[in-house]
Amino acid sequence: MADVDVEQIPAAPHMLAPDNVAEPRVQVNIDWSQVDLDTIELPEGEDFGILSDDDQEEEEILETNTGFGNIIVVDNLPVVAPEKYEKLEGVIRKIFGQIGVIRERGLWMPREDAGEGRTKGYAFIEYTTPQEAQTAKEQTNGYKLDKSHVFAVNMFDDFEKYMRVPNEWVPPEIKPYTPAENMLAWLTDDRGRDQYVIRFGFDTEVFWNDARLGKPDPVYHRSFWTESFVQWSPLGTYLATIHRQGAAIWGGAQTFNRLTRYIHPQVQLIDFSPGEKFLVTYSSHEPSNPRDTQRVTLNIFDVRSGKVLREFKGSADDFATGGTGGVAGVSWPVFRWAGGREDRYFARIGKNAISVYETETMSLLDKKSLKVDNVMEFMWSPTDPLLSLFVPEGGGGNQPARVSLISIPSREELRQKNLFSVSDCKMYWQSNGEYLAVKVDRYTKTKKSTYTGFELFRVKERDIPIEVLELENKNDKIVAFAWEPKGHRFAIIHGDGPRPDISIYSMRSPTNVGRVTKLATLKAKQANALYWSPLGRFIVFAGLKAYNGQLEFYNVDELESMASGEHFMATDVDWDPTGRFVATSVTSVHQMENGFNIWSFNGKLLYKLARDKFFQFLWRPRPPSLLSAEEEAEITKNLRKYSKKYEVEDAEQSTLIGAQDLEHRRKLIDEWKSWVARWKEVHEEEKPYREDLRDGEPSDDDEDLETEEVEVEEIMKVEEEIISYGFEQVD
Amino acid sequence: MRPILLKGHERPLTFLKYNRDGDLLFSCAKDHNPNVWYSHNGDRVGTYRGHNGAVWCCDVSRHTERLITGSADQSANIWDVETGAKLHTFSFESPARAVDFALGDKLCVITTDPFIGNPSEIHVKRVERDSSRQSNESVLVLRGPAGRINRVVWGPLNKTIISGGEDSIVRMWDVDTGKVIKQSDPETGHQKVISSLAKSADGSHFITGSHDKTAKLWDIRTLEVLKTYSTERPVNAAAISPTLDHVVIGGGQEASQVTTSDRRAGKFEAKFFHKIFEEEIGGVKGHFGPINALAFNPDGRSFSSGGEDGYVRVHHFDADYYHIKM
Repeated sequence: MADVDVEQIPAAPHMLAPDNVAEPRVQVNIDWSQVDLDTIELPEGEDFGILSDDDQEEEEILETNTGFGNIIVVDNLPVVAPEKYEKLEGVIRKIFGQIGVIRERGLWMPREDAGEGRTKGYAFIEYTTPQEAQTAKEQTNGYKLDKSHVFAVNMFDDFEKYMRVPNEWVPPEIKPYTPAENMLAWLTDDRGRDQYVIRFGFDTEVFWNDARLGKPDPVYHRSFWTESFVQWSPLGTYLATIHRQGAAIWGGAQTFNRLTRYIHPQVQLIDFSPGEKFLVTYSSHEPSNPRDTQRVTLNIFDVRSGKVLREFKGSADDFATGGTGGVAGVSWPVFRWAGGREDRYFARIGKNAISVYETETMSLLDKKSLKVDNVMEFMWSPTDPLLSLFVPEGGGGNQPARVSLISIPSREELRQKNLFSVSDCKMYWQSNGEYLAVKVDRYTKTKKSTYTGFELFRVKERDIPIEVLELENKNDKIVAFAWEPKGHRFAIIHGDGPRPDISIYSMRSPTNVGRVTKLATLKAKQANALYWSPLGRFIVFAGLKAYNGQLEFYNVDELESMASGEHFMATDVDWDPTGRFVATSVTSVHQMENGFNIWSFNGKLLYKLARDKFFQFLWRPRPPSLLSAEEEAEITKNLRKYSKKYEVEDAEQSTLIGAQDLEHRRKLIDEWKSWVARWKEVHEEEKPYREDLRDGEPSDDDEDLETEEVEVEEIMKVEEEIISYGFEQVD
Repeated sequence: MRPILLKGHERPLTFLKYNRDGDLLFSCAKDHNPNVWYSHNGDRVGTYRGHNGAVWCCDVSRHTERLITGSADQSANIWDVETGAKLHTFSFESPARAVDFALGDKLCVITTDPFIGNPSEIHVKRVERDSSRQSNESVLVLRGPAGRINRVVWGPLNKTIISGGEDSIVRMWDVDTGKVIKQSDPETGHQKVISSLAKSADGSHFITGSHDKTAKLWDIRTLEVLKTYSTERPVNAAAISPTLDHVVIGGGQEASQVTTSDRRAGKFEAKFFHKIFEEEIGGVKGHFGPINALAFNPDGRSFSSGGEDGYVRVHHFDADYYHIKM
């Protein structure tokens, strides 16, 4: 505490408020002149007795130049006399120098007789990076120098690690069973509401979507919950957060306790398997040598235990998708999961091959990859172990491009279609895996431009018939394509210019179930994205980005528009998992208007929430319904009977809310009234002084106050009627 | 509601003020000449010529005799409202910004910007009825806040002065001692530059608008935050309805960014909020630049807005405005 005397600074005569100059913004009620710093005793321990949130800090592996992480120990070297020492050193340097850069004086072979005699038969090699040491160990362990000298290579650190293993087996401690929280409790909400998570600024918040209240109902709020993003698991059981040390999952209906942590330093991306059994984490690391490509680490965890089941490491090139002519960089997800909740297979694309892995053994299916020359892209069917893949034209146009369907694990090619003069291909699976649409961009004869057509595969039918669909105007650009979830229809936005057309097709015609028919074309729409309701039937045409957030809610059964709206600058549109609500949000790509709107499925704006620096809006996914298709049909048939019960509930609820709302408003008005009354009292007292200041002129501004009161009463009257209705109900 | 467009300024509007009778509207802009208009039909009555810089703020005396204006030409002028004659000029070392007549019109407060080494200051001057006897002496000079002081008003009975500015703190100064009696709490107060400050008709509370995208309602005696109105864009101007429980808030994205985005991106709307429920009632569109100034007619039947686009729009309310049900 420096003892600066503010009073010593001579104050200018006109300076009347010097005391306020040095006033700090945040005032703490401590008189520092009374505090003797020497008497303050800090609590014991490095953390001053304040427990850290991270209860089990992981020991980080040092990557410094001086650590032992980059040293390997090579055993089973020949024992040679001093005169042959140089030669042996040369041989070893040659073998190990190929793998990585050996540091200066980084090769050391101990010798007998104080470094003068024969070698002892082992050597230490220090690389510049631990990765190099790791590769060296993997590649040279078991290397045969000659018949009697097979290298045994180990990491230097491993010696210490294994030395520490105690010789006696100690039975593991059995922890008493504590019943876990019901992870699915949120599904049993008595009002059938859905949850969503939003992330803005440093905060993450979970809400119930309460359409009846017309506002979100807070569930859980936490600042600094994640370091980059949050993600629900596909069935909605867990919420994953990303941290420097790894990922973590949280669950429950209200509490969001931490369930498991997945250690993966500097994790960047995560991906759950569709059945939530496995979690893939990804990180890329800058190489020590800038000429090298980035190092990539992928871990596959068991979600429940948090154990690493398989680790993949390599350079970014090894994981770059897109075949031989692939674009640089890794496209996420690297591993794509086969459809269905069983999580049986996952696959990744490599050069001229697709590697399919089995989760049972976490190894390559049949120990070999699926060889496909030049394969560019592949996709799983969303429901079956079925791969669709695209191979572009090869051999300078001599080999046609092709799309094939391959069944796993039999590797049998179920269907193949050759395509000519193709520039690009994109595959779209329908959510039930019944149909596959392939959007094919072909060159025109002049090769100067392209036009687009569709190949439609009926995957579930015998022999998988393929139908070709071309738009009426072949030159139309395709802006968007989307299948109706669980349905047989699809929508396409096509056309050039600012107002494209939208066409809706069905895979069936009224007379023939095996024929594609066009249902409607809507001309000149301001839309560039399609969002089907997860239950089908309804679709939102959204004009995002350049169209500034135009929305149209369309009923495909009736082929009529239900409503149109606008969420200015909207960047994202998300249907809730039940298809009842739509969320549109403006994320922080824009500086202003950040926040989200909730709409009903038919385009009625229910409520808005503005949040600065808005990053994410995610509905909590729901697991598939347990009812069979027949049971669901039964409910739809008797909807009237069921809905009656809910209508009554709705009415009760809304009167209750009305009453609560009214109560709240009444309270606000009362508070305001009492505040005005208090003020008026003083104001009245001051009246003579005011008149005095105005040289005796009477002040007339009190009239305004009375007008204010009259208005307040008017508002009250209108709402009282509602309350009387509410009381009758109770009686 | 059909607005009347007042096209008399060549540069962005900075401030609007009705006289007490509500028949005249005074407008200040970055061009150098404040105007006065008939508020019922938008005819221009006259122009006050004499400033040599942007005019930031003005105030008119109770009986519409005197007008005071603060300008970037480092002066504040007192004008005869009727003749447009310049009665007196207060000169300063730095640009003058906010001005406000005290109750009784015998005192006025003028703020000056920080400028070449001079800190921002709040000056209190005596205003003489006979302008030939007008002195340049300041009765009181207040210093302390960092950055510009954007708006200043008198508290009840001329005992206090309320100021708000770039340091995002609302301060209440004691006129007798020249000290800060109260200041806003950094937690509940504004987080960014306070751009405007306007009193209610009865002077019991006031509203502040800030670039933190909120407007707040304060008790003028206790500096307690009574209400907070949140919007999606920086607030440049705010005003309180003299008759209904409404407040109007205007703003928009910063002028420097307007050209980079869509016309509607700025949402240059004047937004109405219910004063007590803090709920949005509606908006009035029209400007094609951010709204810089808002004022209610003292009769509560019309309001006017001034924009970065150089226009003043006078809006007379429709009949159904008085029957809005919340």
